[in-house]
Parts: sequence; structure tokens; C-alpha cells
Amino acid sequence: MSAADTPAPTRAGFRFERWAPLILLAGAFAIYVIVAVATDQTQYLTLENLIAILARSIALGITAIGQTFVILVASIDLSVASLISATAVLASVVMDGSPAMILPAILAALLLGGLVGLANGLVVSGLKVNPLIATLGMSLIIQGCLSAFVSNFAGSVPPAFQVFAYGEIGMVPVALIFLALLAVTAWGVLRFTKFGSDIYAVGGNEEAARFAGIKTGRIVVASHVICSVCASIAGLYLASRLRSGAPWIGADGVYDLESIAVVVIGGTVLAGGRGGVWGTMAGMLIFSLIDSVFNIAGVDSFAKQVLRGIIIVAAVAFYAIRSKRIVA
Amino acid sequence: MTAPVIEMQGITKTFPGVRALSEVSFDVRPGEVQALVGENGAGKSTLIKILSGVYHADAGEVRMGGEPVHFAHPVESLRAGIAVIYQEFSLLPERSVAQNLFLGREPRGRFGLIDERRMHDETRKVLDLFATGGRIDPGRAVGTLDVATQQMVEIAKAVSHDARVIVMDEPTAALNDAECEELFTTVDRLRERGVAIIYITHRMREIARLADRVTVLKDGEVAARFDAVPEPGEIVHAMVGRDIADFYAPPATEAEIGDPVLTVTGGGNAHLHGIDMSVRAGEIVGLAGIQGAGRVALAMALFGQEPFETGEVTLAGERVSFRTPREAIEAGIGLLPGDRKSEGLVLMQSVRDNGMLTPRAFAPLWSSHKRTAQADLARIDELLDRMEIRAASYDQDIRALSGGNQQKAIVARWLSMRPKLLIFIEPTRGIDVNAKAGIYHLMRDLARGGAGILMISSDLPEVIGAADRILVMQEGRIAAEFPHGPTERDIMHAATGETEVAA
Repeated sequence: MSAADTPAPTRAGFRFERWAPLILLAGAFAIYVIVAVATDQTQYLTLENLIAILARSIALGITAIGQTFVILVASIDLSVASLISATAVLASVVMDGSPAMILPAILAALLLGGLVGLANGLVVSGLKVNPLIATLGMSLIIQGCLSAFVSNFAGSVPPAFQVFAYGEIGMVPVALIFLALLAVTAWGVLRFTKFGSDIYAVGGNEEAARFAGIKTGRIVVASHVICSVCASIAGLYLASRLRSGAPWIGADGVYDLESIAVVVIGGTVLAGGRGGVWGTMAGMLIFSLIDSVFNIAGVDSFAKQVLRGIIIVAAVAFYAIRSKRIVA
Repeated sequence: MTAPVIEMQGITKTFPGVRALSEVSFDVRPGEVQALVGENGAGKSTLIKILSGVYHADAGEVRMGGEPVHFAHPVESLRAGIAVIYQEFSLLPERSVAQNLFLGREPRGRFGLIDERRMHDETRKVLDLFATGGRIDPGRAVGTLDVATQQMVEIAKAVSHDARVIVMDEPTAALNDAECEELFTTVDRLRERGVAIIYITHRMREIARLADRVTVLKDGEVAARFDAVPEPGEIVHAMVGRDIADFYAPPATEAEIGDPVLTVTGGGNAHLHGIDMSVRAGEIVGLAGIQGAGRVALAMALFGQEPFETGEVTLAGERVSFRTPREAIEAGIGLLPGDRKSEGLVLMQSVRDNGMLTPRAFAPLWSSHKRTAQADLARIDELLDRMEIRAASYDQDIRALSGGNQQKAIVARWLSMRPKLLIFIEPTRGIDVNAKAGIYHLMRDLARGGAGILMISSDLPEVIGAADRILVMQEGRIAAEFPHGPTERDIMHAATGETEVAA
């Protein structure tokens, strides 16, 4: 039997996993439109309203972009919520209403984020502590230190910095443009750079990556730094939005668990090595659309929480069942 | 005669309690295939790991192109031009072929970004060296390729590293015959290009087809060295240190075969169509076919993992229908999976615990973990003894055992359940020659004890040698049935549906 007898392997056709976040997003959008029409509230279907929906989840979006990086390298970060609170308070205290202190405050916040990420990354990759535990510990440390110093809104943000949260270019909020730029940058890094390629390699098979000569520890640390810096940007955004920082804003927004949920709904696999930023953005949109649906439909807040839980699990089960069928 | 590219001299390596290699010398020249054979545990892997810098030799020297080399890490040996292709590929399934080939050394273009076009073109160039390379799309995700093609990508990766030495560790273990032939063609091309190939295998046929020279390892020492390929008997003799005339157990006599244990009529599901078959007590039925012909699907249907949707199944005369493996086990079916490590064993538990796994699964929650209705520890020990398992102690973690001994431990587990039908999937994959013979005799003993045995195997000589009756599957159907002793050609015709093969 010669080699020519065997049929040529067929080209990969429609890969469900790649499009799943988009399918879910289309579904969420359809539900939104149907609910708005059904309850006769078509005023919610304007472009302004859609932008408003987006603007509500900017902090979550920024955090989730960072979270995407750590999950892609098969790590995770539970310390983002505490870090958001800490940077918001730090920025607002450093600014204390003075426009001259805006730049130092931003730098201080980013520096704090960088240090926390570095610490997380080194503990995970160097000491080989399970990332769940390492970052949970970090979260407790940050929250504890923060609570020791402040117990309520501290400092204030000068109007010039409030532009970050409230400014608009045309009808589009500045923060939304920033989020879009951040997402494009993150996508570019993952898609076109060696660093991005290394991230997928380390997350996909750390052993293979090391045998290919990739310095896997550095990739893990760098991803954690990116994640924490994103969280501190989210903290700056919230400080700008609330005009001050308080030690509970991160925990209040459940940014740790929600950012992970958004990444996972976006099709990035918790085991690492597969997924990307566009999925995360789709996940964020799905979350905010669902929230808006609940608002329009007048679902009370406890029921809302229950439904969100169901949706997260259902979305992941949807992936699991589909990918099993593909394998079988 | 060209000078060797690799020379290993007086290599000695001791692990705690075990002398893995003593004074082994080995060399390979450019443009030759040097077959490295030996049973599992003979020291082949240790030798290769020393060559590639995973382990460090206690004594001895590795020379490359005449110069002594010391590799502290596999990356260093790879950079020096030694590529090892292990059975478990080191490819990233989610990344494209090109991305895998250039993992960790992606070509950069403007602004330091990855130059994707160059990466694709270079990948294309490397793939074109292979017979089937032209059909592989560099942009396709590796996980969507079949095993044979993935292996081709792994070889292409070695070539793209400009490897002067390529080590292949049992490369045909997961390939069907046609795919093996393609691999052999690729090996021939590599040889023509002057690459030195170290080819690890158990299969005599492959040695005869490919090797220029043969080195046989036994118990960490060089047992024999052949400058030309000798008769298979000579190699086997050197490997096991004795003749193995009684490699396969004798087939069943008519008196030994009893009533049907299992019958299937019109069985079908998404992967299977119109399955009619039976297995009788005392009989070993071999199930042959190419990969994807439905052999494993049939086993999964019988075992309740992916049940039949149509048709009728009887076990020991009673009509049954299993929706889960648990129901199948309860009714008296045991299955020895093809992938022992992932499907058969709890590697971090002891040999004894692995034996107790199924009895415990059927015991009530409040029963003692030492004693269940089916078996207690003493009974498991007795069964493990009967299997002649070689282990320091039954309390030892099972992962430390050789493949053959692991397989026997799984058999012991099933015996505690007193099964009527045992399904063996690839029973001797990754098991050395001596242990293989042990497994064949064990299957025969089980059959003589009154069980029906269904054996699925991709190793044709094994199916022919060990089975009393052979069913050949093709595209989810049973295409042919042979009594004991057809030729490989008969089976291949039935398996591929080709009436005559010119080659």
C-alpha cells in the first residue's frame, strides 16, 4: 500500500470553540432586544443606551484583560479586587484634590500594581505555590494592610482626573475608548509578539515550552505583572468615577471572581493555553447585556445574583459539552 | 566509513538501588539508522536521556564530532543538533504547525514582531521534504491533526532545528500499517540527507526494514552489536537471553471452547453498524482493523461507555443492555484499557490499592476498605501473587512498576470480580518481549478458566498468534471473520476493503 492511497487530511472546518463566545454574545444581544421589545421599552434600544451599558463594565473589562493573561499561562489571580481597592485609595490619597499630584498618583498606583504582580509571579513560579493560594494570600495581605490605615473614603480626586471616568469624545466616553485601545494592544501582544506566543506555549504545555528553550518562569511573572497593572488601572478608573477611593470598592464589585467568570465565558480555558482577549471582551459584553436585561425586566437583585450564577455555569457547561462532542 | 557523529563510551549510571547502565558504549554515524533494542528496563531510555542532557552519567564520556560534550539541559543538546522524538509528543495542540516548529525561536520582522509569513514559508519548506508534508497546512492547529501527522510535525520540528542526530522512541507505537510505511519513507529521506538516526523499537519487522546496524541492550549492558541486520531470532535471543519458541500460548482445543458468553445481534450506534458477533467461553477472539475502524467503539459499546442504540446483546444467555460501565462490570464484563496510565491506574496509589479499586467501587460506603464483598486484601495479594507481579512490595506506588507488571495488576483487579468476559485493548502496547509472552499465556489461562476474551490489537502478528478466531472491522462494521491462523495479508485486505494490493 503506497502513501498515495490514504486520503489527504481534510482542512480544519468550522471550529466551534473559536466562535462560541460570539454565538453566546449574539444570543445575549437577541435576548436583550426581545426583552426590550416585549416589555415595550424600545427606548433602551438606542445607541446611547448601548454605550451606557458598556460604560458600566469598564472596570471589569480592564481587570478581565489582565486576568486573561494569567489564565492563559495556566495561573490565576484572586488578588485583583483587593488591589483595585488599594490603588484607588492610594491614588485618591496621593492626589488629595491637587491636580499637580495626578501624575505622581498614577505612577504610584502603577508601581504598586507592578510590585504586587511581581510578588505574585515570583511566589507562583519560583516557590511553586499553587496560584489560587498564592494570590488568595496576597489578597488578604493587601486587604489587611489597607483596612489598618483607612476605613472609609479617603482623599479626593481633582476634577481634571475625573475626565478619565466622565469625559466624552463625541458621544463616546473616554474610558470606553481607553478600554478598546487596551484590548487592541493586548490582542496585538498575544497575536503578533514572541512574548504572546510564549504565553500560549507555557500555558499549553510548560514542559514543552521549557524544552524549547523558553524561560517559562519569566513568562509567568510577566503575565502576573500585566494582570496586576491592569487591576491598578481599574482602581484608578474607579477612583476617578467615585471621585475618591474607599477600601471596599474592589470587594464590592466582586472583581476577582467576576473577572475570572468573564474570561472563562469568553472561551479561555482555565487550564491555560487557549483563548484570547476578544473572547474576554465578548464575555464582558455578555455580562453587561444580561445585567441590562435584568434591569429592563425588573428582576430583583437577589434573583439577579442567582441567575448570574446559573448563566456562568451554563455557559461553561455549554463549552464542555460541545468540545466533548467534537472529540468523540 | 564515515566517522561517528555521536560516540558514547563507558557510560555508567546508577539510580538509588538500581544500576541502570554499566559501561555502555554506543555510536552512530551520519546517514545511518542505528536500531537500539532491548526490553523495557534494559536501559534504552536512560541512555537516550543521558545523550540529551536530561540525566548526567556517573562515568563515561559523550563525544559529538570527536569533541567531548556535556549537556546540562535538553535545550543545550537540541541546540547542538540532537533532537529526541518521544512517544508522548511535546507539541502544543492549540497552536499551529508553524508556531510549533518555531516555538521559542520565532523569526522576527519589523518592530520585533513575529514574521508570520517567513515562519509559514520556512515551515512549508521543511514539510516539503516529506512524502505527505505537502498535505499539511502550516496554519492548521496541531490538535486537529491525526497522530501520524502530528508525528510528522514532530519530525519536521527536529529537521527545522538542523538536527544532525534524531532519536525516535518507538515511533510506530500508535500508527497503522499505511502510516508506518509513510514514516519509513520519511526515515529513508532523513538518512539520505545524512542525518544520523537512533531508532528505538521492539518490532523485528521495522529493524529489518530500516536498520543499518543494531545494538541490543539487556540489563543495562550491551548484549550484542550487529553491523548488519541479523535474523530476528538472533536479536530476540540477545534481548531476552533465551529462545522463545513458546512465545504465543497454544490455541484453544475444541473441548476447551464452551457456550457463547456474549452475543451481539444488529448492534449499532453513531460509530457502529449492524454488529453481529459472539465470544464463547474459553475462547480468545481477536479484533483487528485499521485505526478508526470502530474496534474501540465496539469495546466502549459493550462496556456501556457509549452504548449500542439498536440491536440486542446477551451475556451468559441473558439479555442485557448497559448504559454505564458500572452496569457492565456488575453483569460481569471487565475492560483493560489501551492507555493504562490515564484510563487504567491510579498512579499515585499502591499496587494493592489499584487491585482493590473495582471491588471497593462496588462495596457500600460504610464497608471496610480492607474487606469488601468481592475481595479482601488477602485475596488481592493472592491474585497479585498469581499474576507473578514483580514489585518490591504491594505497598509500593504502582507508577514505579514496568508496563507489563502494571497490566498484570489490572488483570488481578478484574479477576477479583470473577468476570465472564474480559476485553483487552492493546494488551501489550509498550510492554517488552518477555512480558508480552507472559500476557499471552495469562490470557490463555483466563480463557481456560472459562472466561471469554476479546482482544483488540493493532499488532497484526499478535492478533494472528494469540487469537482463536479473528474479526476484522472496517468503517464500523465487521467486515470479515477468520479462524485461527490467517496471514497478515488476509487481514489487511479485509481491513482496507482492497481486493488486491499491487505493492
